[in-house]
Amino acid sequence: MDVIILQLLNGLDKGSAYALIALGLTLIFGTLGVVNFAHGALFMLGAFCAVTLQKILSLSFETVDPTKTDFLGNPAKIKTPYVESWFGPELGSSIIDWSVPLAILFAIPIMIGVGFVMERGLIKHFYKRPHADQILVTFGLAIVIQEVIKQFYGANPIPTPAPDMFKGSFDFGTLLGFDPNVVIYPYWRLVYFFFAALIIAAVFGFLQFTTFGMVVRAGMADRETVGLLGINIDKRFTIMFGIAAAVAGLAGVMYAPINSPNYHMGMDFLVLSFVVVVVGGMGSLPGAVLAGFLLGILESFSSMNEIKQILPGIDQIIIYLVAIIILLVRPRGLMGRKGVMED
Amino acid sequence: MSKSNFTRRGLLKTSAMAGGALAAPTLFDGSVWADAHSGYLNAPTGSTVTLGFNVPQSGPYADEGADELRAYELAVEHLNGGGDGGMMSTFSSKVLQGNGILGKKVEFVTGDTQTKSDAARASAKSMIEKDGAVMITGGSSSGVAVAVQGLCQEAGVIFMAGLTHSNDTTGKDKKANGFRHFFNGYMSAAALAPVLNARYGSDRVAYHLTADYTWGWTQQESIQAATEAMGWKTANNVLTPLATTDFSSYVAPVLNSGADVLVLNHYGGNMVNSLTSAVQFGLREKQVNGKDFEIVVPLYSRLMAKGAGENVKGIFGSTNWHWSLTDEGSKAFVKSFGEKYGFPPSQAAHTCYVQTMLYADACERAGTFNPCGVVEALEGFTFDGLGNGPTEYRAEDHQCFKDVLVVKGKDNPTSEFDLLEIVEITPRAQVEYAVDHPMFAGGELGSCNPGA
Repeated sequence: MDVIILQLLNGLDKGSAYALIALGLTLIFGTLGVVNFAHGALFMLGAFCAVTLQKILSLSFETVDPTKTDFLGNPAKIKTPYVESWFGPELGSSIIDWSVPLAILFAIPIMIGVGFVMERGLIKHFYKRPHADQILVTFGLAIVIQEVIKQFYGANPIPTPAPDMFKGSFDFGTLLGFDPNVVIYPYWRLVYFFFAALIIAAVFGFLQFTTFGMVVRAGMADRETVGLLGINIDKRFTIMFGIAAAVAGLAGVMYAPINSPNYHMGMDFLVLSFVVVVVGGMGSLPGAVLAGFLLGILESFSSMNEIKQILPGIDQIIIYLVAIIILLVRPRGLMGRKGVMED
Repeated sequence: MSKSNFTRRGLLKTSAMAGGALAAPTLFDGSVWADAHSGYLNAPTGSTVTLGFNVPQSGPYADEGADELRAYELAVEHLNGGGDGGMMSTFSSKVLQGNGILGKKVEFVTGDTQTKSDAARASAKSMIEKDGAVMITGGSSSGVAVAVQGLCQEAGVIFMAGLTHSNDTTGKDKKANGFRHFFNGYMSAAALAPVLNARYGSDRVAYHLTADYTWGWTQQESIQAATEAMGWKTANNVLTPLATTDFSSYVAPVLNSGADVLVLNHYGGNMVNSLTSAVQFGLREKQVNGKDFEIVVPLYSRLMAKGAGENVKGIFGSTNWHWSLTDEGSKAFVKSFGEKYGFPPSQAAHTCYVQTMLYADACERAGTFNPCGVVEALEGFTFDGLGNGPTEYRAEDHQCFKDVLVVKGKDNPTSEFDLLEIVEITPRAQVEYAVDHPMFAGGELGSCNPGA
């Protein structure tokens, strides 16, 4: 039972990341009709916003300590972060320690900006082109972004830890009547899950309860009619691209302490997220979220040793297997709308 | 009118006879040279010789590849007489003079393995066929090493492996044209197990997470055998796909498996991510069977330790070489590399530098670049002064035998490079094995292929 609860928590956690990325993908597809293969790169850029802020906050000045030597035997240079010198060692180190949560504020304008530049600078030229062209150009863009990041940050993962207060694990089992230390779950992964839920709720709230969101939803349903009513729907869709980029970026920022960011991390999520979008139903926001969590949980359960002993390698194919079954039974996905991608 | 005997034909005849007589010894030596320097693939004909450095310049091991390339460039500089000579001055063999190899200036071409077997073979093939490389070296993966070694054997050039740790490279996939200086999974396990026994006791239950490819399999097999021989039990061995990034699903079942040690048979990004997950799940604070839960990483690299950050503190593993070694060879190499690049070399850089030096030295001693001559010169070659103490290239499998370092993630690093501390230098005798050891069985070394 404890293993099942742990895998359920893992599944919810994985599902959070899938759902956030798939949500952004669906927003872009639903509004602009673009299949954006660079969306994984936006997730990765978000994680590197956290890395960058950590590096900025850790910028240091060097002083020579003649009592110590470096690896070549020369007097050692001791690095002291500027923030520690400005705000004192205690507050300074706390600021550095909280670099990942602070990066949320840092990443939002950057990611919205990246989204605008991407949409206005490149993707708008491909609106009327076939989906295959859109896939090619956005996939190419993703590779360019990856290589740029690798050039600046190298290929190795960069540790980006969560604040000290979120280190360690929460004893979930004691709440459910288990012995202590039987069902424990890392604090930061729980934070990630609740953060994802908050972002998803915020996006839905924005689309559901604001005039802007209402117009966007109307545009998603019938772009032409909304345009005929004198509403500049293109401008709103561009803003939605920026918001989708920010959602992917925030998912990346908060993911940085879970797995040390590297330039390739976006690609690792991209294919799975597309499967999530297709299973959820192209253009369906609730479908993307539902499928994200569903596939995350299925993936976690399939990697249980007990299941792999019966079906070796099932953890590698479960998502695709379920996608095939769902698409056979419901060709438009779980919550797909009629007419989307069917022309 | 006088008649002169001095005719053009006469002059030519006389000159030819005189020249032939004077040049007789030279011609004799020249024929030897011709024998030694023809009849094999890519025999250098001009004043230069080309080496092919096949390293990951893109993909997940690009940072290691970059460090390997730095080491190769440094080695070429030293071979051609530049810089401070690095380990040439400490190398026990003294045939290298800083005038290239066999008097020919060393040039090089580079290829990108991308850490993919097919890409690595394609780039090696291109360097052999288009650039005329007489030797291929490099790589940061056993899958790549086995693939490129096979290609070099077929093509008829020497392959001096870079970072490859699978038993198979010099086990079932060994080849006559291939040589490995780096240690292997068996050696890691043989060195590490006694240290683990001394620190953690013999009553332990281990849970293995293993990368699902040649290196992971042989590393796991080796460490399981070595720890079980000390009395440890094995709770489970779970194979993890190489592409895995989030290991939480694999780490969660460890919590209540009854195991009190987690062995991560992972390298590179896999190691960084699995270790991070294990630490996040509180395994290092956990107590099982009345004992502190421990994590072991059999193969360490400083570059990976940097990626894992403070998670590596106190965790045991093994390594082929470390910049903090204080022997003359290591000191010379660290100085040379550090002054040129501003940071200490990695173990990948070290093994690549040493392999280049060993190849050059073998050519000099053999008096030829002919792969068969080089093979003969390297087989059974014993040397010292290259950072690992007395070392032998065993003739039967082309594996270097030398001391192995057991290391631990440093608790209080003094710099960004000071991440690992050497716990023990395990003597060669303890990590040596018979050529027909079951873990290395199968496959034939075969005979050298000169390619022409």
